[in-house]
Amino acid sequence: MLKKLKGSQFPERNLVIILVLLIVILSIASNRFLSYNNIMNLLRQTSIIGVIAVGMTFVIISAGIDLSVGSVLAFSSIIAAMLMKAGVPIPLAIIIALLAGTSLGVLMGILIHNGSVPAFIATLGGMTMVRGAVMLISGARKISGLPPEFKHFAVAKFLGIPGMVWVWFLIIIIGFIIAKYTIFGRNVYAIGSNEEAARLSGIKISKNIYGIYAFCAFTSSVAGILMTTRLGNGVPTSGTGYELDVIAAVVVGGASLSGAVGSILGTVLGTIIIATIRNGGNLLGINPFILDITVGGLIVFAVLFDQLNKKKSR
Amino acid sequence: MKQNFDEIIRMEKISKEFPGVKALTDVSISIKAGEVHAIVGENGAGKSTLIKVLMGVHQKNSGDIYIAGNKVEIRNPIDAQNYGLSAVYQDVTIARHLTVAENFFLGKPPVNRAGLIDWKKMNLKAQEVLDELNLDIDAKKPVRSLSVAQQEMVIIAKKYFEHSKIIIFDEPTALLANEEVEELFSIIRRLRNEGVACIYISHRLEEIFELCDTVSVMKDGRLISTIPVSKTNEDDLISKMVGRTIEDMYSIEHCETGDEALRVEGLTRGGAFENINFNIHKGEVFGIFGLVGSGRTEIVRAIYGADKFDSGEIFLYDNKVRIADPSEAIKKGIGLLPEDRKNEGLTLDTTVENNINMASYRDISKMGFINLKKEKERSLKQIEDMKIKTPSEKQRVVNLSGGNQQKVVIGKWLCCNSNIFIFDEPTVGIDVGAKSEIYRLLENLLAAGNAIIMISSYLPEIIGIADRIMVIHEGQQTGIVKRGDYSEEKLLKLASGL
Repeated sequence: MLKKLKGSQFPERNLVIILVLLIVILSIASNRFLSYNNIMNLLRQTSIIGVIAVGMTFVIISAGIDLSVGSVLAFSSIIAAMLMKAGVPIPLAIIIALLAGTSLGVLMGILIHNGSVPAFIATLGGMTMVRGAVMLISGARKISGLPPEFKHFAVAKFLGIPGMVWVWFLIIIIGFIIAKYTIFGRNVYAIGSNEEAARLSGIKISKNIYGIYAFCAFTSSVAGILMTTRLGNGVPTSGTGYELDVIAAVVVGGASLSGAVGSILGTVLGTIIIATIRNGGNLLGINPFILDITVGGLIVFAVLFDQLNKKKSR
Repeated sequence: MKQNFDEIIRMEKISKEFPGVKALTDVSISIKAGEVHAIVGENGAGKSTLIKVLMGVHQKNSGDIYIAGNKVEIRNPIDAQNYGLSAVYQDVTIARHLTVAENFFLGKPPVNRAGLIDWKKMNLKAQEVLDELNLDIDAKKPVRSLSVAQQEMVIIAKKYFEHSKIIIFDEPTALLANEEVEELFSIIRRLRNEGVACIYISHRLEEIFELCDTVSVMKDGRLISTIPVSKTNEDDLISKMVGRTIEDMYSIEHCETGDEALRVEGLTRGGAFENINFNIHKGEVFGIFGLVGSGRTEIVRAIYGADKFDSGEIFLYDNKVRIADPSEAIKKGIGLLPEDRKNEGLTLDTTVENNINMASYRDISKMGFINLKKEKERSLKQIEDMKIKTPSEKQRVVNLSGGNQQKVVIGKWLCCNSNIFIFDEPTVGIDVGAKSEIYRLLENLLAAGNAIIMISSYLPEIIGIADRIMVIHEGQQTGIVKRGDYSEEKLLKLASGL
């Protein structure tokens, strides 16, 4: 049956096979792997990267890249923490932090489209500047003393699933709907495939580029809120280095850095596969350095496999 | 060094077939050392194919090539280089960030005893070559700091430096200003005097009389004749180039034209086109003819809002309009099929369905959400109406043939309810069968009262199809000719600025 599902109709097929194999092997090797606690733990640990990966998927499909996600995460985290500490009601503090983080994405989009600065450079500069700003406004100290209701969200469960994981699911659904059912989603693929053809077909490139980076910054900001509740504090160094984990998840999920190829489902699978390898490895007591080698190899292999397939079809 | 009248390359009965097309039939040309040999012919006559066979880009199906009397097989561009063949193409192919000297020695720089690059020797040797060719260029300068003309000179000097025996110039003057053309000619003459054989391809006939010794005329993949330039003239060459009956294939049903659909007044963009005036009517095909680089594509892109223009006015149905970008052109009912279908007309990595609906998603969505059912219906309708050959609407466009890709682009504009269609070279790279299907589509569009602008470099096509033809030469409108007054000679003369 798997053979019938040809790659062109179901490009995520291979990822499903890998994930199923991983689950089977790990559940045989460790009786703790499939336990409720472990699965919830795995999902909770993955949710922050998972949320950003949804936003990053759109950026990568548009043939762009966003290195600033980790810094934007910290930015929204610190803003939310400082506002709550100052007595601003929790929902308002969250909304302001999300808006502030999202606006950074718009600025990045303006720099990339109107300034013709390559996305890699614009967001590399953005990453450094935003991190600097976070350090500056927080005095490089963590912000503690947050309201207990807010901290409670990290451990709160609804229908047996942690709140953080619900947020991840919600972002996945939003991402899926945008990609499949909206004009914006189609435009992202078109721009990633061929920007000039998209422009000549009447697509306003500027608005779409702003939207793409704004959405990625929005998911980073959501991740920032999640991070704050998990740590119980606003930590100015949080999210450092996340951009690479996020890009890895998207790439393992089948997205192409040259654009137009990728899907939300693929990204979710890619995120979970990487998390499962790390989680399973820990359970089995495998040396974490070996896990690094494995995950790194997986990233390269995912792209290599794709390239070999392309060559074969040519 | 003078070896005049020694035959350096001989092509004998070269034939080349592509699937469905005979591109070259029994072409025999021989070229002597110290000769500038022109090859002329219309677009599609087979000049480029011949050059590509010589350069090892295409493989001939039959025939022989002799270099300095020895039969050779040129299987790839490296073979060609080893036999001393090189080509100077329109597009400048050189490492622009490196210096002139580095480019000369690219991949094989001189080294000193320590195995390090000997910069002094490299610069000195390169400068010697430049001086020998009387070029006022500093070998230590990066190529990108030079003018376009100088960059071209550097390429030619590099070929000379590499001891090329045969240098092919393919439209070398396309990017040059008049005084730069003079400079180019003097360097080509110097190469000739050094015993290099030059093959010169140009659409500008006047250049051939100024520069070349011998001219070969090609038509429909055959060699018509090879004559000394002194024994011919421009009229003679033009009649040799076009002396063909127009095939039935290039004709469509014309219909009564209606009201004016589009009018352009005084359209100007500095350096591209100047003072363009024309109008088109419903049910009319308005042709724009000009050589590559004449500014015809730039004119329609400006009308479409894809590029800016400096001055001039555009009227749609007698109302003055401002079209700032393509999305406004689309809203006003204008659709463009770009010349470069793959890079401008389609997003190849996405599906047929996506491409067909791309410009009209707004019509089938609410609050930004697409009605997937309608999206599918609309793509299936276009696939059926236009007989697009594709396994399903979900197929990626990159996997379709050229003709079917072009139909997808047309389908995109049909979905937008466009009523003014701009076709820029709609049948380039499309096989004969698909061509005639596209002409039938044009007929249907006309019968429905649409107006069509069609750009084509291929004279039989534009003569057979257009109701009127505007001719462009170097950004200037040199005339608008009515159906009935057409002749290939007349259009070619206007396009050459004669």
